[in-house]
Amino acid sequence: MKTALTVLRKDLLLELRGFETLPAMVLFAIVTFVIFHFGLNQDTIDGQLAAGVLTVTLLFAALLGINRLFVAEREQGGFDAFLLAPVDRSALLVAKASALFVFLVVLEVIAVPAFGLLLLGPSLGPPLLGLIAVLLLGDVALAVIGTLVSAIAVQTRARDLIGPIIGLPLLLPALIGMARGLGPLLAMHGSTSPPGRWVAILALYDVVFALLSYAVFDFLLED
Amino acid sequence: MSVVAVLAVAPALPLHSAGKYVAGAYIVFVAILLIYVGIMATRLSRTERELTELRRDLEAQRATRDSNREREPVA
Amino acid sequence: MTTYGRGLRGLSLATAATITAALALTFFYAPLDANQGFIQKIFYIHVPLAITALCGFVFGGVLGAIYLRTGDRKWDIRSYVAIHMALIFGIGTLFTGTIWAKASWGHWWVWSDPTLTSFLIVMLLFATYQPLRFSIEDPERQSRYAAVFAVVAGAFVPLNFIAVRAAQQYVHPRVLTLTGGNLPGSMRLTFLVSLVGIALLYVTLWKYEMAAKATRMQVRALRRMLLGEDSVAPLRRSAAPS
Repeated sequence: MKTALTVLRKDLLLELRGFETLPAMVLFAIVTFVIFHFGLNQDTIDGQLAAGVLTVTLLFAALLGINRLFVAEREQGGFDAFLLAPVDRSALLVAKASALFVFLVVLEVIAVPAFGLLLLGPSLGPPLLGLIAVLLLGDVALAVIGTLVSAIAVQTRARDLIGPIIGLPLLLPALIGMARGLGPLLAMHGSTSPPGRWVAILALYDVVFALLSYAVFDFLLED
Repeated sequence: MSVVAVLAVAPALPLHSAGKYVAGAYIVFVAILLIYVGIMATRLSRTERELTELRRDLEAQRATRDSNREREPVA
Repeated sequence: MTTYGRGLRGLSLATAATITAALALTFFYAPLDANQGFIQKIFYIHVPLAITALCGFVFGGVLGAIYLRTGDRKWDIRSYVAIHMALIFGIGTLFTGTIWAKASWGHWWVWSDPTLTSFLIVMLLFATYQPLRFSIEDPERQSRYAAVFAVVAGAFVPLNFIAVRAAQQYVHPRVLTLTGGNLPGSMRLTFLVSLVGIALLYVTLWKYEMAAKATRMQVRALRRMLLGEDSVAPLRRSAAPS
């Protein structure tokens, strides 16, 4: 546990000191909203369409973060250093996934209000709690699968390509859950609580893949 | 239990347009299977070729070893 | 050293007999479906292919897990072949599925069928298996990463099925719930025989492929043993474990 916290602190400090990944993710999300405005030729969107746009944008912004997650470790020997230390190897997974989760939360704190401003018709106020719940569950899925896929991809030759093509199909159930969960929340006179079925599917997905990733991650680090 | 009795109540094969889709589906299945058989046949002939080469090389090596031994003087 | 060829002849004969019986039952015994008519016969080849492919993927995941546990390379080869075979059966499923969709609904692809959609997602995922293997050069690492992928992707199959099924509207007729409970006895028998036939086909082809690979490896090993290291040409970099 302590190891995970240490590595997490290191990653967050690195990001704070040299703002690379997070600003890119935020900027990408906002530009994507503008593109959607022109692409869909709509002033405001709501309901399932809005949920889909938001989910897809967050997903692709997350991919930016995922691609860069282990690059520093690969290029500067961080993997070897970690392997030499007498620590539980899965701590690296916990640390990296937590870092990615934090990035995603910060991204959403900025991008979701931007979305509300730029594209969304109905106001964000009433469904806010439900929104936060669905987004957090989705972030866990993105963080866990993103870390797993990034760890696999960083050791291959086609680094930036392998990550997304493996990750996207794996993430599909979670993305379906996120988009369908957000749909009723963002509707014109929508509900304030997300549909239970989708929250359940997201939660199930998170639990299964968190446990699975924790179990297999060791094998990715051996040398 | 007779096959005849079963066939007696079985419907005759309808020959309207739907038939070509069903035929298409089963043809796809058979085609994939036969393509696989073809690929395996290629692999088999390659393995046969590798084995004959191995045997030829082995015999060549034996021959040179024997001829070397003959040239050495027996103490 | 396991010999995969042992029992292969008996297995092939059983497969051929079962599939022949299944085809006979399909065209001479099973009654015409009230809604779809003759087109429904595709069901007897499409659904067994689908079920076998999905089980094959899960089987590949299990074999991968065994490899991770034991470190014995032969399990990695078994996992690779299992997934490879399941991919081929999956392609067969997608082809027969689109033909069925075109025949019964007039469109080559229908999003409203949850099974076809979730199957597409699974195929998209496993289509990355070979590119992944190909992009890792070190053979031991390749096996290990492929096994991790196989385990995660294998666990993904049931979850994906649940999620997509929940997502689809129940407006369009659920074509593949025929496998549920409301199949009349004669159809059910035909379906079961087809299922057993296709499953046997999968196992037969798996053994066949393993036997071919093992034989080739033995020839190479023999050559190396008898004629020395340099006489063996190095294998080209490939996705398949050697």
